[in-house]
Amino acid sequence: MKQWKLLGATAVAAVLAVSYASAQQKSITVVSWGGAYTKSQVEAYHKPFIAKTGIQIKSEDYDGNVAPIKAQVQTNKVTWDVVDVELADAMRMCDEGLLEKINPKSLLAGADGKPAAEDFIKGTLHDCGVATIIWSTVYAYDASKFSGAKPSTMADFFDTKKFPGKRGVRKVPKNNLEFALMADGVPAADVYKVMKTKEGVERAFKKLDTIKNDVVWWTAGAQPPQLLGDGQVVMTTAYNGRIFDAALKDNKPFTIVWDGQIWDIDLWVLPKGSSNKDAAMEFLKFSTSTQALADQAKWIAYAPARTSSIPLVAKYNDGKTDMAPHMPTAPANFKNAVQNDFVFWADKQDELTKQFNAWLAK
Amino acid sequence: MTTLGGLAPSKPSSSDTLVAADGTPLVRKLAQVTRRARLKAFLLVLPLLLFIVVVFVLPIAQMLWLSVNEPTIRQDLPRTTARLATWDRQELPGEDVFAALVEDLKDARERQAVGRIGAMMNHVYSGARSVFVGAGRRTGSLAAPYSKALLDLDATWGDPRLWIMIQSMSQHTTSIHYLNAVDRTLDERGNITPVPENQRIHIWIFWRTLWMSALITCMCLPLGYPVAYLLASLPLRTSNLLMICVLLPFWTALLVRITAWIAILQSDGVLLSSLAALGFVDMDTAKRPQLVYNMTGTLVAMVHVLLPSMILPLYSVMKTIPPSYARAARSLGATSLTTFRRIYFPQTIPGIAAGALLVFILSVGYYITPALLGGKDGVLISNFIALHVESSLNWSLAAALGGLLLMATLILYWLFNKIVGIDSLKMG
Repeated sequence: MKQWKLLGATAVAAVLAVSYASAQQKSITVVSWGGAYTKSQVEAYHKPFIAKTGIQIKSEDYDGNVAPIKAQVQTNKVTWDVVDVELADAMRMCDEGLLEKINPKSLLAGADGKPAAEDFIKGTLHDCGVATIIWSTVYAYDASKFSGAKPSTMADFFDTKKFPGKRGVRKVPKNNLEFALMADGVPAADVYKVMKTKEGVERAFKKLDTIKNDVVWWTAGAQPPQLLGDGQVVMTTAYNGRIFDAALKDNKPFTIVWDGQIWDIDLWVLPKGSSNKDAAMEFLKFSTSTQALADQAKWIAYAPARTSSIPLVAKYNDGKTDMAPHMPTAPANFKNAVQNDFVFWADKQDELTKQFNAWLAK
Repeated sequence: MTTLGGLAPSKPSSSDTLVAADGTPLVRKLAQVTRRARLKAFLLVLPLLLFIVVVFVLPIAQMLWLSVNEPTIRQDLPRTTARLATWDRQELPGEDVFAALVEDLKDARERQAVGRIGAMMNHVYSGARSVFVGAGRRTGSLAAPYSKALLDLDATWGDPRLWIMIQSMSQHTTSIHYLNAVDRTLDERGNITPVPENQRIHIWIFWRTLWMSALITCMCLPLGYPVAYLLASLPLRTSNLLMICVLLPFWTALLVRITAWIAILQSDGVLLSSLAALGFVDMDTAKRPQLVYNMTGTLVAMVHVLLPSMILPLYSVMKTIPPSYARAARSLGATSLTTFRRIYFPQTIPGIAAGALLVFILSVGYYITPALLGGKDGVLISNFIALHVESSLNWSLAAALGGLLLMATLILYWLFNKIVGIDSLKMG
């Protein structure tokens, strides 16, 4: 009898202890794209956040498919507390009411005291999402191929007389039409205004015609550094992070031309109805602070979405590469830049892809 | 069955009909036995039949069904669908249709389906997505008269073509996807009209697919014929070795073979570097001819990949030709050319037919090789089907393209049957 009592008491104590511990040890699930990118977030956001608040973070990877968010919200079983998504998905899910609204006033002010609404770069704060990084589609060249003048403007990419040699271009209309218009003299700010007209699209294709015979088409993001490295092309459009990696790790003389860059953002969103909403919001605030965003640049060549973070961007984790000049948002790089207009592309992708393929086939 | 027919007495005239051991007439007994045997045979193939129906026939039928019947619009805009069913396309739909649309959009917004409707409509009317999503966002603030309210919101609502597209997309059987697949669309009066010149692509690609397949077949035949002949006529030891040479690449993974071709053909690859070292082409890789990521690359690799499909049927036919025929011809004074032309070659025609049909049909639907090596001008229709399935998510158009491809293949098969005769096929 006595033994049974003892056992019962132990069990009760154990249950109490477990529930007490779980109440104490809060935990949130943060979902992102994996690889080097998630590593940069773990180093810059997760680790300091855990150290500061004691809230545990479970990091999960996903492939950009946001269907689980919809399923979780609709069945009211939200297990993803914070998710890193692209702008188009953030807007769509916001429209469908799947995300928590985020008031910019609730975000931390910049290190210089500026409120978040002013501190974040224009186009990076949205109803349901807060941007963390800015990445960019640019073109890069192999400096060893040009002994004299080096390419420096978007127009140079399309100038095969001044800079002969093959060009690597992604086999889609997106970004290429913008590049062509900027090379043809359209200022970055007006690109989408011009592209909305039929004549604007014609003009872009006409400009693309001038390099059509010199193009090696690529499809996957890993190809451009490879094409440059193999000498298949002398310059290529590419994602800035990839070129940075290849230049640094393989010690290649690849140089990015920032003129006419097309930038895009990744955002944190909070699926609606999470039981950890407060902790998730806490994490979102912490990770979008001036210092956390600046720290991320230590691990990856993406720019912080806050203006106040840029001066704090220090060296890469190799301890010698200065990251500031590699940021898409560095003042010298950000002069003639355009933000990818996802609404335009959501509308026109079908039509322009068809036109692009027809153009390609002829 | 034919042998049975011979056994069965055609006129059971005599009173003493043949009976089996258990007393039943022999004819009936025989029929019973064969029926049972056939049932057994059918049961044996039943698992395979079910498997084919479930994983092959049904999905294809479902996909083809999608090319004429895409239910999204009909289900998401039920009131509009009902009102538009009787619309005569003469002038802009009336206020009742606009009102029905606003009602539908309100419901759709509640179900979070506006984005889906917009994306679906965008496939047939470029820019429809933001028109629908924009209207969906503001359904709460729209007031009657709705036609004016929507037109104020976005002038696109005044385009009769948009309404024609909504109508065609909501029909139970629509031809709009097949029209799109052959570069046609409907104009603002509902007449079939070609799409703008700069967007015509599918017919061009269909045409290219057909003539590239024909070219690949024509290249495989002269390459494969002598090899098949050697295989069939050399002594066993040598021919076995040769057979291994044919089969080894056949058994190698396709991706490995394609990657190997990239390594050989690219501008700093094995072939051009060797030629450059010999002085035939420029040392500068940028000035060398482009052999890969274009039509040349696709052709070379596809001929290589499909060659065994030509050689093996040819070989199996040649193996059965008795060498004594040719010897007889020679002994009667025919030259070796005449012997080949009049004796040997005619006997190999079933093999040629089988090999050519196999290679042609395989290459018409080929996907992976052109996808990896096609680059700018070497891609085929299957790559476009994949594009619409994977990235533009326009499954109805993909289904229509696939349907046309299937139809073209069946027509060719029928023509082939008319000209050569399918009975003369020999696959081995």
